[in-house]
Amino acid sequence: MSTPIYFKSVAELSNDLSSKKISSVELTKAFIARTKAVDSKVKAFNSYDEADALAQAKLSDERRSQGKSLGVLDGIPIGFKDVISVKGQPLTASSNMLKNFVSPYDATVTQKLKSVGAISWGRLNLDEFAMGSSTENSAFGQTHNPWDLERVPGGSSGGSAAALAAGEAPATLGSDTGGSIRQPAALCGVVGIKPTYGLISRYGLIAFASSLDQIGPFTRTVEDSAIILNAIAGHDPLDSTSFKTEIPDYRAELSKRKGPWKLGIPKEYFGEGLDPEVAKAVENAINFYKSKGCEIKEISLPHTKYAVGVYYIIATAECSSNLARYDGVRYGHRSKDAKDILEVYYKSRAEGFGPEVKRRIILGTYVLSSGYQDAYYVRAQKVRTLIRRDFLEAYKEVDAVITPTTPTPAFKAGEKASNPLAMYLCDVYTIGVNLAGLPGLSLPCGYSKSGLPIGLQLIGKPYGEAELLALAHAYEKEHAWGTRFPDIEGQKGAL
Amino acid sequence: MSAAQIDINHIAKLARINLTEQEKERFASQLGDVLNHIAELKEVDVSGIEPTAHASPVYNVWSEDIAKPGLSVTEALQNAPAQRDNMIVVPKVVE
Repeated sequence: MSTPIYFKSVAELSNDLSSKKISSVELTKAFIARTKAVDSKVKAFNSYDEADALAQAKLSDERRSQGKSLGVLDGIPIGFKDVISVKGQPLTASSNMLKNFVSPYDATVTQKLKSVGAISWGRLNLDEFAMGSSTENSAFGQTHNPWDLERVPGGSSGGSAAALAAGEAPATLGSDTGGSIRQPAALCGVVGIKPTYGLISRYGLIAFASSLDQIGPFTRTVEDSAIILNAIAGHDPLDSTSFKTEIPDYRAELSKRKGPWKLGIPKEYFGEGLDPEVAKAVENAINFYKSKGCEIKEISLPHTKYAVGVYYIIATAECSSNLARYDGVRYGHRSKDAKDILEVYYKSRAEGFGPEVKRRIILGTYVLSSGYQDAYYVRAQKVRTLIRRDFLEAYKEVDAVITPTTPTPAFKAGEKASNPLAMYLCDVYTIGVNLAGLPGLSLPCGYSKSGLPIGLQLIGKPYGEAELLALAHAYEKEHAWGTRFPDIEGQKGAL
Repeated sequence: MSAAQIDINHIAKLARINLTEQEKERFASQLGDVLNHIAELKEVDVSGIEPTAHASPVYNVWSEDIAKPGLSVTEALQNAPAQRDNMIVVPKVVE
């Protein structure tokens, strides 16, 4: 049986478009139909604008018929995590605070994708303001894992991962502050990249923790990730942390870089709490690289155990500062029974934010409050230096680091919802990468006995995306994990 | 840091969020758990270590002092909860 169109890769769809096997309007209609067929079960989308997507597709087809195609992404629909601005479309962050907000401008990534002809296709669910690891914290209802609808898709970019896995979009964008791309990619069996901090502009991305946030793609294949990175990477004067660096052609580099690589296995990532099936799948992947002539070296990242603590100080501190802007004055929810300006602040924020966002604002406010700042925030920033140093030391001896992406496959909805600390510990393997500002990639490396996807995390050197993608591609082209698809029709919808 | 030591009313005031009694109780106890976990940072020797604010080697970025078009008034106000005469309306601030 041939692969249904909605499970094809961007590269395949792009070939079908250029060989005129299909038009962009037909393609877009196929994703609209698929979304209508399965999203009542998956619930990946917060909103989509069918007429707008089809209008963009029509323009793409017109360009192509005039021989003016804008390239490999022209006519390809791409879904956006609902924290990335798309002009004229809703932007909610899955929060009641922004329930009625409409983006007045395009994010830089949106503008870049539009400039190469990609079609903006819908806004995808997330944990409110990207705070969470399961997409259960959304104000508009949870997203379900397409592989098992009773399980979480991961988070916070759960909608982006689930929509792709379910065939509702051929590629999506997410954002990753502590694992929010890689963890849901692992749990939904797709490829996800958190690029080096500064590679991709954050202009037009709703801020959660500005020193950690980074936008990145979810795709079916490593090659597709390279294609999307080609379109969205690069310096942007509108983001002052954006880095000026030579951007290679990531897709062309995939086959040029062949290794063999020196790969580091950090012993701290294989200890207590790691599910045996995940451990086995990752071990098999390591053995694969070994069989290809890669040198495998055990390394130590001694400050790993402090990463979660450092993260929850720094991320919440930055969140408490960033989310101060939601005051009910200029935009966002304003309480109807506020009698004076202070009540506008107190009541609008009480009504607009959900429990996890409040919890993090409170924690962040606490660690920054007078008398505690040195003990918590400044100390955490110093330990952050040590965490980054661990990686940079390791990179004197190895080209990349291999770890599991998550300690376990997807967990059941509700399982960790009442215990914030247990939820925070889901990100134990992904958080260090954000703190150190490195590129990290998750790709499928197997399935559990019960059929749940398992993710392999590859961590590269700063701005080493080309090498990292090539390393992942070397594994992917000899493993057919990405050709399995979830059976959504055969499952009963979960509540 | 135990839950009892967190002055949740003070923190909620700093954060400008009204919390219900139930939220206060729950958050104080959950934050106590998180702070207990975080306490292990105290064992790290950070003497002589510089703090990292962010991991990008970019500092003090300036842009040319050239005016560029921004949002129109209509666009800038399109999400305002209340507006009148091209201004945002809020409850009276000064008596």
